[in-house]
Amino acid sequence: MTDIQWLIGGEAGYGIMTTGVMMSKVFTRLGLSVFDYVEYPSLIRGGHNAYYVRASDEEIYSQRRGVDILVALNRETIDKHKSELSQNAAVIFDPTLVKVDPQELFSTILQVSVPLLELANQVGADRLMINTVSVGSSLALLYSDFSVLEKIMQDVFNKKGEEVVLLNINTSKAGFDFVQKNFQNKFFVHIEKQKQKNLLIGGAEAVALGAIRAGVGFAAMYPMTPINGIMTTLVAQASKYNFVIKEPEDEIAGINMAIGASYAGVRSLAATSGGGFSLMVESLGLAAQTEVPLVLVEGMRPGPATGMPTWTEQGDLRFVLHAAQGDFPRIIIAPGDLLECFTYTLHAFNLAEKYQLPVIILVDKYNMEGHSSIAIEEFKIQDSRFKIERGKILSDEEAGVQTDYKRYVFVEDGISPRSLPGQKGGIALSGSDEHDERGLYDEEAENRKKMVDKRFKKLEMCLPEIPGPQMYGLEDAPLTIVSFGSTKLPILEAMKWLAKENIFINFVQVAYLNPLIPDQFNSAIKNAKKTLVIENNHQGQFQGLLREHTGFVSDDHLRKYDGRPFYPEEIVEKVKAMLSS
Amino acid sequence: MTELKDLEITYDKPNWCPGCGDFGVWVSLKNAIVQLGLNPWEVVLVSGIGCSSKLPYWVKTYGFNGLHGRPMPVAEGIKLANHGLTVIVIGGDGDQYGEGGNHLLHAARRNIDLTVIVHNNQVYGLTTGQFSPTTDIGEKNKANPNPIMEAPVNPIEFALAAGATYVARGFAGDHKQETELITAGIKHKGFAMIDIMQPCVTFNHKNTFSWFYERVYTLEQEGHDIKDKIKAFQRAEEWPLRRPLSEGEKEKVATGIFYQEDRPTWEDVTPQLGSTPLVKHTIDNRDITLLLEELM
Repeated sequence: MTDIQWLIGGEAGYGIMTTGVMMSKVFTRLGLSVFDYVEYPSLIRGGHNAYYVRASDEEIYSQRRGVDILVALNRETIDKHKSELSQNAAVIFDPTLVKVDPQELFSTILQVSVPLLELANQVGADRLMINTVSVGSSLALLYSDFSVLEKIMQDVFNKKGEEVVLLNINTSKAGFDFVQKNFQNKFFVHIEKQKQKNLLIGGAEAVALGAIRAGVGFAAMYPMTPINGIMTTLVAQASKYNFVIKEPEDEIAGINMAIGASYAGVRSLAATSGGGFSLMVESLGLAAQTEVPLVLVEGMRPGPATGMPTWTEQGDLRFVLHAAQGDFPRIIIAPGDLLECFTYTLHAFNLAEKYQLPVIILVDKYNMEGHSSIAIEEFKIQDSRFKIERGKILSDEEAGVQTDYKRYVFVEDGISPRSLPGQKGGIALSGSDEHDERGLYDEEAENRKKMVDKRFKKLEMCLPEIPGPQMYGLEDAPLTIVSFGSTKLPILEAMKWLAKENIFINFVQVAYLNPLIPDQFNSAIKNAKKTLVIENNHQGQFQGLLREHTGFVSDDHLRKYDGRPFYPEEIVEKVKAMLSS
Repeated sequence: MTELKDLEITYDKPNWCPGCGDFGVWVSLKNAIVQLGLNPWEVVLVSGIGCSSKLPYWVKTYGFNGLHGRPMPVAEGIKLANHGLTVIVIGGDGDQYGEGGNHLLHAARRNIDLTVIVHNNQVYGLTTGQFSPTTDIGEKNKANPNPIMEAPVNPIEFALAAGATYVARGFAGDHKQETELITAGIKHKGFAMIDIMQPCVTFNHKNTFSWFYERVYTLEQEGHDIKDKIKAFQRAEEWPLRRPLSEGEKEKVATGIFYQEDRPTWEDVTPQLGSTPLVKHTIDNRDITLLLEELM
């Protein structure tokens, strides 16, 4: 079995991010299962960036502890990461840039000294391209055919012209040739190429692809980690798919633009992180009150205030659940893996329009900025199954004849047909004040009660299409993990490891957090013996939510709030401790 | 042909204070819609919160009454989604120059084809008379026993500096001019701001109708060149004052069009907005196969 973790470290500004994704792509093209995870501070230059890429010939779900190949572009990388090196790890470094004392690393560690800078200069590349040399060098340790990287360089840099393609090929080839010549068969892993069936996708890309497929017509996003990748992906596709993405002056403008565009009839998306969402809060209520469909992505990172902008946490669950004054319905969905980032975005757009309410997709830095290899077939299946459902909108024929249209007419299911500006018979007022059926302000007690009931009726109506918790593993297990969101990734990884030791636990993933249907949850855990709630925050926001809605009391919990995601090792350790007590 | 009666609603009527300048703006706006021959169902009035922001309730066009200070981005979203619509923002001085100032700044620089009508009464009426961003320096009233020493916002200069391509000031006491300014503003292709001095008869006892009658003059009669931005700034600088009035001094309040220019709109520079509005594009069966394959 092959299971290696590669890490590149260096100063921000030296292309660590692109190199990381490049390496993930190399492994994906070689047919391996891949997961990557990046740590970096909120700086453009300087500061330490570390990009972990894990690859295996069996399916993997997350990063793990330990580094098998360390590419050290600076000395700091050695200092920070040498304790993570596995017994037979390789360290790639340029001795003219990084001084390594031969005695400081264990004798079992392969020191791959490569003149990265000199090799770069020889092919006409500058210092900023030593990362590219290092990709070639890394590949040569693991695999004997350069053509895989050559093809990637062509695909990635095609748009920048032949000269750039050639420079990248030559630069990486220089690193490849040097290592192949001097270190061939010195490393303990050699990759066997498998048939490639996976694509490589980032969570933010997956959300963007979901939005495109779901028919997004307008998106407004003020830049903020970790949702910038959604913007980048959408911007590149806007003209091809005929939608508009704008960068507003602030998040308040962003959400209000999205509300305006949706009111006028196009599917609209806003995305931000907790800080931006704080600004959007009042307007979230506006969407609910005016019954304008809205899809909003909230990418969590450690707060409060600026917190740790480029790290991860699940600390905004209670915030999105309760944000904005008043009592109104909303749907909250937390995708776990990156395929779910795609499929739940598709669902979110349908839900928002069918029930005319805000839908929040709750993600975090960990699943937004990480990449996974996933079978392209899985995406194609979800794509082919998806059908756009726009809910009740007056057809132009209907709107042409109606003379006494009431935008908020009381109907049994609470969902009043929407008119769109431009429709002759659909003239109406949509107001943020409490209103009557016509949309006119109305503060009478009876009307108020009926309107609140009407809005909540929609939440009741959507229940049949709210999927219950997903169960992973066998029904009968000595221990059940309960969790939500991106923690799914290390949990699945930990379960796989435990299964190899004949410990077969199971896992209940709650993705639809509001409305949370007690019967669905209770039935999912009815046979649970020992239970463990895992979440990435201090207060146990999710555990409390389950207790509130279902009465569920878990036996134990595992929480983390240091800005880092869970590692499978931590989960394995906790499970074993619980099972042996 | 749209007639005034097509814009009347039968089930409600304005509840502004008797004599309020909002009535004038209401009438002028309806007249402008009729004069321009706009179909009521292709007009959207977007407002925030405040007395003036209730206006969309009483005109039979599409209306969206949003949050305080936030009608502008809602209107921008509507316009981008369906640029065939006539989108008009209705707000007060608090809505546009206080809470929503940032949105005004950016909408103006983008030159999105919106018309913004600001009912400027220099006071917060709905909340019983607190100072607004345009309250004259030195003012005091029941809600504020100490005179305010903050210089007021100069809406005309603000809009000019931000890049608005149609900037005008009206006065609720001159319906003819008010209608002309609104009509020209709607007709203008680009971002049009019309600041309308609209006395609050209940809470502003200084800037009353008669106060304005004694001070207004029209730029037109002075032969002002609306293409000259420097001159526009000079006229705008006349009032409001950023210092207390000197003894014997009397303000001069210019009305009319200060400035107008042609510049590509936000819609013009957004290639996706061609002859077909976004809302008319079909979104079924978007093919993402290629995007997926590129990730291989």
